[in-house]
Amino acid sequence: MGIFLDGIWQAFYLLVTLDPEVLRITLLSLQISGSATLISMLLGISSGTAVALAEFPGKRVVISLINTGMGLPPVVVGLFVTMFLWRNGPFGFLEILYTPVAMVIAQAVIAVPIVTGITIAAMQNLPPNLRLQILSLGATRIQMVWILMKEARLPLLAAVMAGFGGVISEVGASIMVGGNIKGFTRVLTTATVMETGKGNFELAIALGIILLLLAFLITGVLTIIQQREKRR
Amino acid sequence: MDCNRKITAFLIVAMALLAGSWGASPAAAQKVKSVILATTTSTQDTGLLDVLIPIFEKKTGFMVKTIAVGSGQAMAMGRKGEADVLLVHSPDDEKAFMKAGFGARRRLVMHNDFIIVGPAADPAKIKGTKKSADALKKIAKSESLFVSRGDNSGTHAKEKNLWKAAAVKAEGQKWYQQTGLGMGQTLAVAAEKKGYTLADRGTYLALKKKLGLDILVEGDAKLLNIYHVIELNGKKFPKVNVAGGTAFADFMVAKETQKIIKTFGVEKFGSPLFFPDAGKRVESLGK
Repeated sequence: MGIFLDGIWQAFYLLVTLDPEVLRITLLSLQISGSATLISMLLGISSGTAVALAEFPGKRVVISLINTGMGLPPVVVGLFVTMFLWRNGPFGFLEILYTPVAMVIAQAVIAVPIVTGITIAAMQNLPPNLRLQILSLGATRIQMVWILMKEARLPLLAAVMAGFGGVISEVGASIMVGGNIKGFTRVLTTATVMETGKGNFELAIALGIILLLLAFLITGVLTIIQQREKRR
Repeated sequence: MDCNRKITAFLIVAMALLAGSWGASPAAAQKVKSVILATTTSTQDTGLLDVLIPIFEKKTGFMVKTIAVGSGQAMAMGRKGEADVLLVHSPDDEKAFMKAGFGARRRLVMHNDFIIVGPAADPAKIKGTKKSADALKKIAKSESLFVSRGDNSGTHAKEKNLWKAAAVKAEGQKWYQQTGLGMGQTLAVAAEKKGYTLADRGTYLALKKKLGLDILVEGDAKLLNIYHVIELNGKKFPKVNVAGGTAFADFMVAKETQKIIKTFGVEKFGSPLFFPDAGKRVESLGK
């Protein structure tokens, strides 16, 4: 128990004194995972809506593939992205392995299926007659899609939160494609792994607590927006 | 629909902040030429690289990307030309690596030694045993738990050699467990399970306080832990940053760096973690 209390105390200390290293790591986590979430939101919500609304052969197969993708193991994603980005790999010319950009790509690959999957469920959960109703009122297809997305905004926000939660807490892919380079690609999760390896358990716990706080803050804001709307 | 407006506002603010942050920070570092250093975990876990790398970066203007994995994985990266310079401690594999033409130059940097650590109760009664082979035989005979790295790291390679020298087939035995983790974590597992393990002295000293494991066997010439720096062969791998790799290798064997290595850890642990050896011959070590 002692170590755990020390960890909480140290987290508090690091936050209050605005420790520059911890601050930098925290901001980088936010920046990388925020960007990945944004990308996955754009790709996931649009493709999820498309899959949910369109009728095509093999739709069930596609949906179950996406649902499987929601559980993509981050290390596997990390391994594939690393191999693609190797100097001598197909995208080696980009020279982005072991950079924050590579981490954003890997995290986006993890988050896109999560956002897509929940989006599909959300759109399919809307009353089936709603589409006909909207169309019969003279809306164009684009207008109809827009209205449906507005109608499903609460679960769509949940999709974004799930995507963010998935990537901010992820370590396997980040450490592989980012390399945990000090001041460059070291984020909260990879720093926690390293400090555990170094035996600095208090610091590792402190970083973990800061990570939880960060996730709580971000999803808190989203939840407030979401729940306020619901009350009406 | 003012909720929609709120969501939109939130998104716009988030996007603006993110865009701003990308413009401001680490992306700028990309313009600097980087050197990929593939190394063993012990150089990072002891904190040595945290001291040396900022000095190197300041001096040369290169940015070092340290990828701390086991020596085995570091050399695997080298064999694919995915690193510019290696700092490793697995001499037999290194020789094969050089022979195959992957490296351009291999230089001695420093050494410390491996130790066999275990619980103070010492169920196999190995404390004070002079020869590592005898100690391992005793562990095997008493079937006491031995925790192995099992990750093809330099330490694991050394450990396999020691078992071979002791003529014991440890792999597959019930009392022999492989963690597949780094040195620090493997030490923690050994401490938790009250098992024996082979560790490099640097990592052990750095973690000693939290472990409750004692040094039981040390000083055998077979237990030397030798670190070399290897520059990659630019002729074989045209994409390798030869200038950067050479600069780092030169830096590791430079006089001032060697001086820092010599005193590193003395203040914190009471004894040095590494002994600088640049320019010496491997055969002269440990005498």
